[in-house]
Amino acid sequence: MKNIIHGGVILFKTFRGGLHVPDHKAETNAKPVRECEGAPVHIFPLQQHIGAALDVKVNVGDYVKVGTVLADSDSFLTVPLHSSISGTVTDIKPHLHTSGAEVTSIFVENDYKYEISEDIAPKHVDSMTPAEIIKVIRDAGIVGMGGAGFPTHAKLSPPKEKKVTHVIINGAECEPYLTSDHRRLLEDTAEVVLGMHICAKIFGLSKTHIGIEANKPDAIKHLKSLNDPKIEVVELKTKYPQGSEKQLIKAVTRKSVPSGGLPVDAGAIVINVDTAFEIAEAFTLGLPVYRRIITVAGDCIKDPCNLRVRLGTPFEFVIEQAGGFVGEVKKLINGGPMMGVAQYSTKVPTIKTTSAILALSKTATVYEEDTPCIRCGKCVKKCPMHLMPLHLSRYASNGDLEMCEKYHILDCIECGLCSYLCPGRQSPLQNIRMAKQKILENRRKQK
Amino acid sequence: MEQQFIVSSSPHVKSSESISSIMQDVIIALVPASLAGVCFFGIRALAVILTAIASCILSEYVFERITKRKNTTGDLSAVVTGLLLALNLPATIPLWMVIIGSAFAIVIVKQLYGGLGKNFMNPALAARCFMLVAWAGSMSSFVQPFAGVDAVSSATPLAVLKGIEQGSLPTLLQAFVGVKGGCIGETSGLALLIGFGYLLVKRVVDIRIPLFYIASFALLIYLFGNNTTQYGMAYFTLMHVLSGGLLIGALFMATDYVTTPTTFWGQIIFGIGCGVITFAIRVFGSYPEGVSFSIILMNIVTPLIERFTTPKPFGEVKKNG
Repeated sequence: MKNIIHGGVILFKTFRGGLHVPDHKAETNAKPVRECEGAPVHIFPLQQHIGAALDVKVNVGDYVKVGTVLADSDSFLTVPLHSSISGTVTDIKPHLHTSGAEVTSIFVENDYKYEISEDIAPKHVDSMTPAEIIKVIRDAGIVGMGGAGFPTHAKLSPPKEKKVTHVIINGAECEPYLTSDHRRLLEDTAEVVLGMHICAKIFGLSKTHIGIEANKPDAIKHLKSLNDPKIEVVELKTKYPQGSEKQLIKAVTRKSVPSGGLPVDAGAIVINVDTAFEIAEAFTLGLPVYRRIITVAGDCIKDPCNLRVRLGTPFEFVIEQAGGFVGEVKKLINGGPMMGVAQYSTKVPTIKTTSAILALSKTATVYEEDTPCIRCGKCVKKCPMHLMPLHLSRYASNGDLEMCEKYHILDCIECGLCSYLCPGRQSPLQNIRMAKQKILENRRKQK
Repeated sequence: MEQQFIVSSSPHVKSSESISSIMQDVIIALVPASLAGVCFFGIRALAVILTAIASCILSEYVFERITKRKNTTGDLSAVVTGLLLALNLPATIPLWMVIIGSAFAIVIVKQLYGGLGKNFMNPALAARCFMLVAWAGSMSSFVQPFAGVDAVSSATPLAVLKGIEQGSLPTLLQAFVGVKGGCIGETSGLALLIGFGYLLVKRVVDIRIPLFYIASFALLIYLFGNNTTQYGMAYFTLMHVLSGGLLIGALFMATDYVTTPTTFWGQIIFGIGCGVITFAIRVFGSYPEGVSFSIILMNIVTPLIERFTTPKPFGEVKKNG
């Protein structure tokens, strides 16, 4: 890897802390995205975003098309859910969700026609006001596609008194294995750039930034070659968790999001590459979020690749399209290996936030009995939030929530570096997570 | 297609580094100093090293057996303790003292406080201090290299520098290579630096503590040292740095993970604290050497240092504007 400082000039922008985790991206980053469709039944869980619950808008027996609204709600922090195929609604019942819980889901039987709903039509962004643009984004069911699933229209509607100075497109993709954003940048550049322009229009900005880790030189070169004065490409140091909102804002703007605050408190709004693409498609084609690129990888996947998957396709179907499993799978993960959620069944459906499906063997996912903390301090040195995970972990496991708060436990972004690094094979993050949950629960009770 | 998957919280990958791999690196890093010791002080030095290592492993095994705990000798930390203790002993020390010292390090200093990671003092150093107090004579009689164990003990450079014993001082080159009286592993600065370089390259330790320890000590000696030798201040300062346990202490004892601060500023304070105390003992105290005591004292205040040097979290809002 290149030096950060070359001839006294800082080449890459970054933050303090963090570390380059072996990224395994070469397995998939050079392969063009392949189509993946044809699952006989698609399953649409109602819970695909952070926020309020949705009301089902269809009945068993209804015929739906691509883009038909399956569920929606009047509450602000929600986005509608659309069908990704045409076919008949066969069932509405609880089904296993990638979060591990059973969630009410709509089952649609595929008629393999992929007919598009009559309501779908291109929209003309030029003649729209910011409020109208945001409404289109909401109606397209767009959420943070990077994995968080926060409704994008809510992100784009900050309180009036907050001034937005930077819209930053997050192309860091710092999670190991994942290359879906990388492929998106290479294959759908025009749409991503259009998405950026639309975001700039909402806030009346003359340009938007896009931060890309230096391990994607082709994407950086490609975007720079467009010579678009309205976008600024920022080359970021390849380091986990560079794609974390706060760390990305720091790298691009040098501003820190205040503790407990939102990005907009630092004048910034961060939008994922894939989200920018979806915003563009909501206008050019008028299509809602109905499919996404999923990286299917790991040492137990026969043919690691990126697939364009119609949402609701069960994991097992997607995995088969990637050649199926090889060897003994120890872990099946929805998302990246640092922050993704381990799955116990291949029956779960893909949802809007499924950025990757990883199947790892015993050698790729170390799983050993923990040994003591030897206070090596690596967690302290590398914590991107500058916390002391070793103390937090100890206080958390002792149930000392007061000390946890004193040591700023709520600032933890759960990136998992502490657990990754720990030579004691401990899981500080697991203890920290549990204590955070308890603290937040107690706060809710007090209110 | 249906297989049994493990479900646990993220992250799902871990670095390959483990406690035993770190301990293995420390052992490798101590090989040059051990070889130098055996080369200078003969087969007797080897006997001390092997006795200490064996006693440490055995003490840990027996203690854990009696208290029905999990056997942890596989993590190699007992080997490191034994090796470090041996390198801090004179080659002439009776082996039964080595055995008792090793047992003290493992049982009293380490295991009684809860085992690896829980001890608040460096086990090898605490044992050395215990032995220094218990058997002052045997612990401070040093022979010259290549002299054999039956030789009459001679003055160490530190004792000469302090003026409490008469004798000739080595040249700086001799002192750096290690041709001088002292403990088994402490005499060769060259060997210690080679080993420490390995630890730096493997990123096992940070240079911060040794750097601030040695620098603050050297500065104080240079400014306030009581130079009664015929040589200049530069020689006097460098001889102080190269003599006694300063290098082995700064490079290998003050960098012990368990008993030193984990914070950036904490490590700097720790290093400077060690330098100041070592200086004070060597110049004003009645002992010629103060490295062990200074590190032990700083070990004790480590939790306090760490508390006051807790880093400011990312984006913390300044109080009162």
